[in-house]
Amino acid sequence: MTVESLYPRLEPLLAQVQKPIQYVGGELNAQTKPWDDVAVHWALMYPDAYEVGLPNQGLMILYEVLNERADALAERTYAVWPDLAGLMRANGVGQFTLENHRPVHDFDFLGVSFATELGYTNLLDALDLAGVPLHAVDRDESHPVVVAGGHAAFNPEPVSDFVDCAVLGDGEQVVGDMTDVHSAWTAAGRPGGRTELLARLSRVEGVYVPQFYAVSYLPDGTIAAFTPTRDDVPTTIAKRTVMDLDEWPYPKQPLVPLAESVHERMSVEIFRGCTRGCRFCQAGMITRPVRERTITGIGSMVDAGLKATGYEEVGLLSLSSADHSEIGQLAKELADRYEGTNTGLSLPSTRVDAFNVTLANELSRNGRRSGLTFAPEGGSERIRRVINKTVSKEDLVRTVTTAYANGWRQVKLYFMCGLPTETDEDVLEIAELAVEVIRAGREAAGNKDIRCTVSIGGFVPKPHTPFQWASQASAETIDHRLRVLRDAINADRRIGRSIGLRYHDGKPGVIEGLLSRGDRRVGRVIERVWRDGGHFDGWSEHFSYDRWATAAAEELAPFGVDLAWYTTRERGEHEVLPWDHLESGLDKEWLWDDWQEALNEDEVADCRWTPCYDCGVCPTMGTEIQIGPTGRSLIPLTPIGAGPRPGVTAQVDVDVEASVADPVHTH
Amino acid sequence: MARQPDGPPPPPTVQKLRLRYTKRGPLRFASHRDLARALERALRRAQVPMAFSAGFSPHPKISYMGAAPTGAASEAEYVEIGLSARCDPEAVRVALDASLPPGIDVLECVEAGEGTGGLAERLDATRWRIDLAGVDPAELGDAVAALLAADVVTVAKKTKNGPRDIDARAAVVSASVSEGAGCAILHVVVRQLTPTVRPDDVLAALAAVADLHPPLPPRAVREAQGRLDDSGEVADPLAQDREAGSRCQGEPQPV
Repeated sequence: MTVESLYPRLEPLLAQVQKPIQYVGGELNAQTKPWDDVAVHWALMYPDAYEVGLPNQGLMILYEVLNERADALAERTYAVWPDLAGLMRANGVGQFTLENHRPVHDFDFLGVSFATELGYTNLLDALDLAGVPLHAVDRDESHPVVVAGGHAAFNPEPVSDFVDCAVLGDGEQVVGDMTDVHSAWTAAGRPGGRTELLARLSRVEGVYVPQFYAVSYLPDGTIAAFTPTRDDVPTTIAKRTVMDLDEWPYPKQPLVPLAESVHERMSVEIFRGCTRGCRFCQAGMITRPVRERTITGIGSMVDAGLKATGYEEVGLLSLSSADHSEIGQLAKELADRYEGTNTGLSLPSTRVDAFNVTLANELSRNGRRSGLTFAPEGGSERIRRVINKTVSKEDLVRTVTTAYANGWRQVKLYFMCGLPTETDEDVLEIAELAVEVIRAGREAAGNKDIRCTVSIGGFVPKPHTPFQWASQASAETIDHRLRVLRDAINADRRIGRSIGLRYHDGKPGVIEGLLSRGDRRVGRVIERVWRDGGHFDGWSEHFSYDRWATAAAEELAPFGVDLAWYTTRERGEHEVLPWDHLESGLDKEWLWDDWQEALNEDEVADCRWTPCYDCGVCPTMGTEIQIGPTGRSLIPLTPIGAGPRPGVTAQVDVDVEASVADPVHTH
Repeated sequence: MARQPDGPPPPPTVQKLRLRYTKRGPLRFASHRDLARALERALRRAQVPMAFSAGFSPHPKISYMGAAPTGAASEAEYVEIGLSARCDPEAVRVALDASLPPGIDVLECVEAGEGTGGLAERLDATRWRIDLAGVDPAELGDAVAALLAADVVTVAKKTKNGPRDIDARAAVVSASVSEGAGCAILHVVVRQLTPTVRPDDVLAALAAVADLHPPLPPRAVREAQGRLDDSGEVADPLAQDREAGSRCQGEPQPV
C-alpha cells in the first residue's frame, strides 16, 4: 500500500496560519520508517495543542517502545488549531502525522492519550478531520482502531461511542500485545473482519472494548448493570502494571521541538505510583504500587537524555518526588556531577516539608534558581485531615520561611477549593496562612523582596478515589469562596501586595466533573458540543460553559438526568458506578471505608513505612512495592556541558569524522 | 547594589565566531525564537565551550541579527557566538552543523576579525528571491516597472501595535524579473530600514501600484545579506573577518 505525504498540499496552507512550525515535524530525535517495512502502523495522538502535547512523557515512551519493534512504526499527531483546521477542511487535507505527514486515516491504530477529560472534543475534531467515522460501530476494516489511554481512560464511558478500545494502566507492554494481535489477524487474512479484531483485542489484559458491553439503567437514572454481549470477553477489565522501571528506561531520546512548548526541559520519571493516600488524587490511587527507578538507573537516564537533547534543565518527575528512598543522595550526587555546567535540576511541586527545601537548595546549585512550589492542597488543618494530606500550620509556615531564609524569593502554594465538607472558614485560612508566610518570610529574608503566589483550583471528584461518591461543589460555591479569599488577601495591602492569587472560575470544573464521573449517556453531550463548534476545552478562550450547559440540558433530558445529577449529587454506597467493571485494583469496600474516614477526619498512613492497610491493589494485581535504597551511588563521569576541558578539540574531531562518513542534511 | 550570586564570575569570552546558516525546506516556518532555541541546544549537544553572561540567570553569549521572517527561507542568516575557550572555527562549524536539524545548515564559520567592527552594521540589505506561482512574468515585469517608477508606495504593515503605514518603495534598491517553472520570479534588493520592509510588504506594494494578486502564497528566499556596495550589490559580510584572519593569524590554537 502506498501512503502519500500530505505535505505538498499542506504547505501552501501553512503560510496562512499562526505558529506554522508546530505542523512541520522535524523535531530532534523524531523517528521515521518506511511504511511498507512494517506490519502495524500506530498514530499516537495527544489531543491538545502541539505545545502542550509534545512534552507529554507517556506519548514519548510509547513512541519509542513501538518504534524499537521491527514490525511496527509509530508517528505522532496533535490537535490542529481552528485556523489551520478550517483551511484543511476547505482544501480536503486530512489529519496528518508530523513525521511524514501521512494521513491518520491510513494507520492501523490511532492511540489517544487522555491526561484530562477536556480533550474529548478534540478527539472528535481529529476523527472528523481524518475522515474516520465518529462512532466506533460505523467503522470498517479500512479505518484505524481508535484506542484511548491515559488516566482518563479509567472511566472511558463518556467516550465509549467514539473509541474502539480503552487501555487501563501502564502502556509499555500492552501496546506490544496489541501490535501482536493486529499483525496475527492481518497475517491470517483478517478473519471475521473488524469485529473479530476487536474481540481478539478485548482478550488482551488491560484492553476494554466498550461495544461488547451493554448497560441497563434503573428508573432513578442510576446504572442497573453492565453485561458483556459476547461470551468470549471478560466481565471485568484489570489495569496493566509495569514492574521494574529500570528495565524500561524510556524515553531514551526525548523529543526536542523547534517550537516553544509548555515544558522547556527534559524529564526523568524517578518512580511511578504513590501510596501517600491523598484522597482527592486519582493519579495516586490508580498507579499503585510505588515502583522506584534506582539511583543508578536515574543517573544514566539523566546523562543520556542531556546528551541527546541539549536541554539545560532536568525535571525529576513523579507524583511525590521527595519520597524517593534515595532522593537525598541522588540530589547531592547529580548536583556534584553537573557542577559548573549550567545544568538545572528540579522537582515538581512537593509536599510541605523542610527537607524539601534542603533538596531544592542542592538541586539548584548549578542551574537557575526559579521559584519553589509546595502543595498543601487544603487551607485548614481540618480539611487537610479530610483529604489525608496532614501538615500543621506551624510546620507549613516554618518550611516556607526556611525557603526564604535560603535565598528563594518566590514560593508558590497550591490549594484546592470545593473539597468535601469544606466551609468558607477552611478557605479563609489560606489567606491567614499567606499573610503569616509573608510576615515571617520578610523577617527571615531580611528584606521585603519576597513573594508568595497562591494558586487555587476547584476540586473535581474523580473515579477510583475515596471521593468518587462525593458531591462536587457547584460553580457558585467555588466562585463565592474564591471571592471571599481574594477579599481577605487584599484586606491589608502592605502584606497583600506580596501575595499573588491565581485562580479560575468554577464553571470549567463543573464540565470536567460531568466528563469525569459521566456514563455512556454523556457521549451525546460531547458530540453535540463538538457539532456546535466546541473544541480546545482546556483553553479559556475556546471553552464555552453555555454551550456545554445547553447541550447537557437538551441531550440528557430524555434520560431524566441532568448536569447536577452527575456533579453535585452525592452517590450512595451501593450505587453501580460507570467504572465498576474497570479494575484499578482498589477494593471498593476499602475506598468506601476511606471515604467514611475522610468524613470523620481520620488519617491513614503511607504503606511504604507502615503496615499494609489493605487497599487491595498488590494482591489483586499480583504486584508489590519496589523501593530502595539500593546502596549504590553515581560514578563520576564527564557530563555534557562540562567545558572547557582538554577534550574539546578531540570531541570536535570525532564529529568531523562522523559527518564526513555520513553526510547529513541531505533528506 | 544588585545582589550577585556567590562564587567566581563565569570565564570570559576569549574568541568570537561569526556564522552563516540557512533556513531551508519546512524549517522556513521556524520563527527567529524557534531558531534561537534550536541553536542554543545544538551548541550544548556539540559541546562548544560557550561563554556565559554573569548573574543569577546565566545565558550563553549569542548575538542574533536580522532574522528572516517566519515563512521565508534563507541562505544567509548570521549569528555571532562568544566562546570561553579557543576552537578551530571549521571544526565548530562541522560539529554544530551535524547537531542541528536538517534545513538549518551551517555554511560558514569565521573568527571575528579584530578591529573589523560589529557584524550587525554590515547587514544593511537583503537580496530576496520571491517565487510567485501562477503569475505571468510579463505581468510581474509591468508591476515591477510601475513600482520602480513610483516615488512613494504606502502599504499597511501589521505590527504589534496594529497596522501602520510605511513607504515600501524607499527600501527597494533594485528589482528584476525572471521566469521559472510555472512561476514568475521576483529578484529584489531591499535596504533593511526600521521598520523592516519584508517580502510581504514588497508584494503589497506591487498590489497597490499594479493590482498584482498572486493566486498562491509566495515563496521567498533570502539569498544574501550584507552591506550594499557602490554597484548596488549585496557584499559578503564575513569578507573582512576572513581577510583579517589570513593577514594576522597563524594556526588556530587547540584548547
